[in-house]
Amino acid sequence: MSALQVIWYFLVGVLLTGYALLDGFDLGTGWWLLREKDPQQRRRMLNAIGPVWDGNEVWLLTGGGALFAAFPPVYASVFSGMYLALILVLFGLILRATAIEFRSQIESPKWRSFWDLAFGVGSLLPALLFGVALGNVVRGIDLAPNGDYLGSFFDLLNPYALYAGVFGLVVFIVHGGLYQLVKLDGDAEAGIKKSLYLWWRAYLALFILIGPATAIFAGHMFGNFMRHPLLFCVPSAILAGIIMVWIYLQTGKYFKAFLANCVAIASLLFTVGTMMFPNLVWAKDKALSLTAYNSSSSELTLTVMLVVALLGVPLVLLYNLWVYRTFAGKMKQEEFHY
Amino acid sequence: MDATLLARIQFAVTVSFHFIFPQLTIGMSWLLFWMMARWVRTGDARYRTMARFWTHVFALGFAVGVATGVVMEFQFGTNWAAYARYVGDIFGAPLAAEGVFAFFLESTFLGMLLFGWNKLSPKTHLFSSAMVALGSTLSAFWIIVANSWQQTPVGYHLVNGRAEMTSFAEVVFNPSTIIRLLHTVDGALIAGSLFVLGLSAWFLLRKRHVAFAVDSMQFALILGLVATGVQLFIGHGHAVQVYKTQPAKLAAFEGHFNTEANADLLVFGVPDVAAEKTYFRIPLPGMLSYGVSGDFSTPIKGLKDFPRDEWPPVLLTFFPFHTMVALWVIMLLVTIWGVILLWRGTLPDNPLYLRLALWAIPAPILASTLGWMTAEVGRQPWIVYGLLRTKDAVSTTVGAGEIAFSLVFLSLVYAALFAVWIFLLRRRLALGPEEAETTGKGATA
Repeated sequence: MSALQVIWYFLVGVLLTGYALLDGFDLGTGWWLLREKDPQQRRRMLNAIGPVWDGNEVWLLTGGGALFAAFPPVYASVFSGMYLALILVLFGLILRATAIEFRSQIESPKWRSFWDLAFGVGSLLPALLFGVALGNVVRGIDLAPNGDYLGSFFDLLNPYALYAGVFGLVVFIVHGGLYQLVKLDGDAEAGIKKSLYLWWRAYLALFILIGPATAIFAGHMFGNFMRHPLLFCVPSAILAGIIMVWIYLQTGKYFKAFLANCVAIASLLFTVGTMMFPNLVWAKDKALSLTAYNSSSSELTLTVMLVVALLGVPLVLLYNLWVYRTFAGKMKQEEFHY
Repeated sequence: MDATLLARIQFAVTVSFHFIFPQLTIGMSWLLFWMMARWVRTGDARYRTMARFWTHVFALGFAVGVATGVVMEFQFGTNWAAYARYVGDIFGAPLAAEGVFAFFLESTFLGMLLFGWNKLSPKTHLFSSAMVALGSTLSAFWIIVANSWQQTPVGYHLVNGRAEMTSFAEVVFNPSTIIRLLHTVDGALIAGSLFVLGLSAWFLLRKRHVAFAVDSMQFALILGLVATGVQLFIGHGHAVQVYKTQPAKLAAFEGHFNTEANADLLVFGVPDVAAEKTYFRIPLPGMLSYGVSGDFSTPIKGLKDFPRDEWPPVLLTFFPFHTMVALWVIMLLVTIWGVILLWRGTLPDNPLYLRLALWAIPAPILASTLGWMTAEVGRQPWIVYGLLRTKDAVSTTVGAGEIAFSLVFLSLVYAALFAVWIFLLRRRLALGPEEAETTGKGATA
């Protein structure tokens, strides 16, 4: 049983990491779209994510479903506790999903600007709020013994969580920029590259400061590290990834830079998981924290779900790979319409 | 209003709006597959034009369906936290399975279907279209599994203060899964067919793209007629299942208060809950007993023999149910008449029929909404039949004010989305198939 609980702790993390890696660049594209003035280039940016964004978003749905199935009390406490924040996330996701479909239907600059704005806002709002939510889970929220969240919406907007939100936003913006560099060429490529140098500095600074910030606001996060000092090596993979992004960016190896950032993001989330384990949500009163051991589904459900995952996920990865290969490389002019 | 009622209204509004789109998606995806298969087999470019045009129409609604679907999955946690804690061990699994087995398939291959016109070989393109149809149908399967378990819960035991699964197979193939899946998917086929039928009629009414429209109607009418006809038997089978597993719901369907043999099936009536009587009855004598059991002498348990606090809201079950059946009759007439005109080759010359076909577009959508209302209201006061009451399932941390805000907010967003969808649909029609083909108006996604 406890092995299953650990496996599912890991698997939920994998699914959410998949979401961050894949839809992360779609969300980040929101920023680059708002920044780009040339309608032709905007169109190409959206085309670059057009065939894949929908599949990417399924990682969120599946991650949410897996969280529900494997750790129902966590799903219940977090989603009901962060009610208004989640409604805003949903609003953002609705906006961007419809914006990307609707914008191209009418060739009027005003119509397109409107939907581009909707896409940008709808992308950046969730990008920010995901980090805020994670920041709160890390910092600890006020939970009742039955798992009900006791705080208010404004308690969620504390400095540490907001810092995490901004950090997450910057991570996604860099990720989206790197993806677009792989896909675009010419002026747009040069513009993004120039801007990315600045964003990368912010990215590095925010990352370096998040260590001390966590020590101050969420000291309990270092418990596992103190017990097993070797774990202090884990975050170095994040730093390595971030630095490799810089190196590949300078040498114009965009796809490698993008992969380096994938390594950074995956390592970041893996580090958070390592620091939190076995907790899924810290409570203010640590005895009430929701953990993999006290909040999981039954052994049978976890087993069934494991079979589902082992059968389904490799298949998903396989055909996803096929789709990405089909649409690989720079966007060509004639691919503008479907 | 109290938080429970508001949460219920919010669920009803968000799910009713959401389901407009998946049913069109499921129905149209099979039509698209059929059109593409004809194109691949015959090599006739007409079918390519057809598939491509209807794919554009399909994609408009798909986006709205995806966007509003995320709301549904999150809502079990945001608004129904007590429910999520109590039955999450069972209910979460089908939702996760939907993601892994269905939604990935559908969404990933949708990208191929939409963007593959110049990239894929016709056969690969056809395969992508099949995967979209299969994915959307599998999606329905897992969602129906989850909902059917709420209707006819089996394969669990009560332990550790919650319901825990004892058999996944029993949960998945609970007594109502298969028949409700057939009922829902068949309804979606009707909705998709009548959508294509009605929009094609719009072209014919304006004497535009006549050959294209008649060809499209041929596909829509054949599938539509078969699906509508078959629904008679599926609907019957569903009623038998309700009789066997949810007798209080059946009694509410028919405004049936007294337990009696030779019970009537009502064509019309007005139940009066206070008086425990149904007025203005137009009965088919004995047909309820005969219909559900094949025997007139079978007694059908009336509402009076259920504890009062286990009655579903009778009016909100009775009228949606009967209106749904009446709408089915209309759909049957529309498809039969259409097939006759098609046979005679006079479809383009019958404005009366064309107008009827256009106005019949909402009929299957309305019918499925009413059908779901019947199913969900008829299950009350239970959220899981006989196991957990709806009032004990809501999130206790979320106040009425917060729900009122989200309800109004989401309703406004949905109303705006709907308006834009209709507007763009009209525009897409005005552009017509050939134009869409040559000028590439559908740039980007």
